Amino acid sequence: MTDLRLKTDSAKKWRTTYLAWGLLLPSVAFLSVFTLYPIGYSAYMSLFKNNMSTFATGPQYIGLKNYVDLFTRDAVFSKAFTNNLIIAAVTVPLSIALAVAMAIFANRVKAGKGAVRVSFFYPTLLPMVAVANIWLFIYTPMYGLLGSFNPNWRFLDNVNTVLQAMIVMLVWKQAGYVMIFYIAGLQNINQELYEAARIDGANAGQMFRRITWPLLRPTTIYVTIITLTNAYKMVDHLYIMTKGGPDNASNMLLFYVYQKAFDQSNTGVASAVTVILIAILLIATSVHFFTQDRRTFYA
Amino acid sequence: MTTAARSEKTGSVSRWTFGRVMAYLFMYLLAALCAIPLVWLVRTAFIPEAFALDLFGLHWPTLNNFARVWNAAPWGAYYLNTLLIVLGVLASQFVTITLAGYAFARLDFHLKNTLFVLFLTQIMIAADVLILPNYKTISSFGLSNTLLGAMLPFFASAMGTFLMRQTIKTIPYELEEAAKIDGSSLMGTLVRIYLPLLVPTFIAHGLIAASYQWNNFLWPLIVINSVAKRPLTVGLAIFAQSYETGAQWSDVCSATFLVVAPLMLLFLVFQKRFIESFAYSGIK
Repeated sequence: MTDLRLKTDSAKKWRTTYLAWGLLLPSVAFLSVFTLYPIGYSAYMSLFKNNMSTFATGPQYIGLKNYVDLFTRDAVFSKAFTNNLIIAAVTVPLSIALAVAMAIFANRVKAGKGAVRVSFFYPTLLPMVAVANIWLFIYTPMYGLLGSFNPNWRFLDNVNTVLQAMIVMLVWKQAGYVMIFYIAGLQNINQELYEAARIDGANAGQMFRRITWPLLRPTTIYVTIITLTNAYKMVDHLYIMTKGGPDNASNMLLFYVYQKAFDQSNTGVASAVTVILIAILLIATSVHFFTQDRRTFYA
Repeated sequence: MTTAARSEKTGSVSRWTFGRVMAYLFMYLLAALCAIPLVWLVRTAFIPEAFALDLFGLHWPTLNNFARVWNAAPWGAYYLNTLLIVLGVLASQFVTITLAGYAFARLDFHLKNTLFVLFLTQIMIAADVLILPNYKTISSFGLSNTLLGAMLPFFASAMGTFLMRQTIKTIPYELEEAAKIDGSSLMGTLVRIYLPLLVPTFIAHGLIAASYQWNNFLWPLIVINSVAKRPLTVGLAIFAQSYETGAQWSDVCSATFLVVAPLMLLFLVFQKRFIESFAYSGIK
């Protein structure tokens, strides 16, 4: 009797399974071809020497040599790798700090509330190529918005300042996006906590440190992942502003993939850099997806 | 009892301390600073070319820059291509995310967790990172230099699927059961019962996906080779490249304005919807 029940339950689950798989088929097909397969294919291609010199003979298997070369003798790669680290290390905390200030202000301010939100958020909706055109204008020596103040300001031509100039632009571009998650986070905080703190004589700074910031922790973890991965994804502006220069001072890993693959036709090295980027993104995001209490995000 | 003390009690008004006033001033200043790039873009696009480098003067607006720019590149084709890409991706995603979202929300099936991780992978590894292998795939399909090739990698959306799953979970199951008793098929139930209730989610996801596709650059730059098939972003980049740095700011700003104006106008009109949709995307 029980066996029969189990059998029908199992048969029923398989019927549901076929239905579910059918419903998922279109998505799974596209995800397999354009997300899963390319990960494996990049890993495979990264094991071959495949550039202009092997054009006649075909790709040549060289094991992990592409990776070894990248880390030991490729100056452009180490430059791009370091730049990406610096951009991540600076833009993540800076965007978050600004975003928290923007969110608290946008929540409380009475006069010009809508205008303030629009002003903070609109950069999110601009394409990076448009952003690049605008900021190229801002940074142009002599004639630009900043450049006109001091003819010696040549931010984009100088290897020491180009990365800083890019970081200012990237933070401006994404802080408003991060802000909206904090606005949502702030609205979930029980206002009675502040009432109680006020009665106890707490000042604004204490209330922020003891109530606001700790209760925004789930939001902070989430936006850290977003800004961290953004630091590796946002490269379109380089195509317009600097092409990674001067002397690769503003180059980034994803732009280096583009240069290697599509300017220099070096598929082997470009694949190896792709795999390194995949690894960085997987590590950065899996910390969030697999160690964090999922209820925080999926509740 | 002082006013300050009374307001502390009601909690509605805080005291205007010196620090608070300074913080407010600073934040207003920051908001103004953030707006400057857009204001300058619009200003330079609309003032006569001769004054483009006069950064602070006042001048009568003109449409001459647009007339010149419009004739210098096939913007009409660029607009059409971008629109086709946006609509194609949205149409396909609406189907794929509804079906997948329903399966994840309502059905208990084998390999559910494994498949869930496959969807997560798409969120973890952005499509931009996979440009090289995906270009090889699109080429092997014979789809390089086609709009379909520019759209195809985006036909499934993990983010949209999770958004759908979340919304469907909030819809009472009794509605579906009632329809089933009336003899409705699964597709009939999806269309008649669920679709009307999912409209807000379609709008939220649609705004995000449309913004993403409207602004996407690196992938179409690689896939599309012919001028006539370029989307706006690629057209704009190539147009801006044709000038030397520092020259022709009127033209570059007008062209940039052409590309960003539709999305900016939509945003100004449906401000709240945009911000809510983007915030919603964070809570998967």
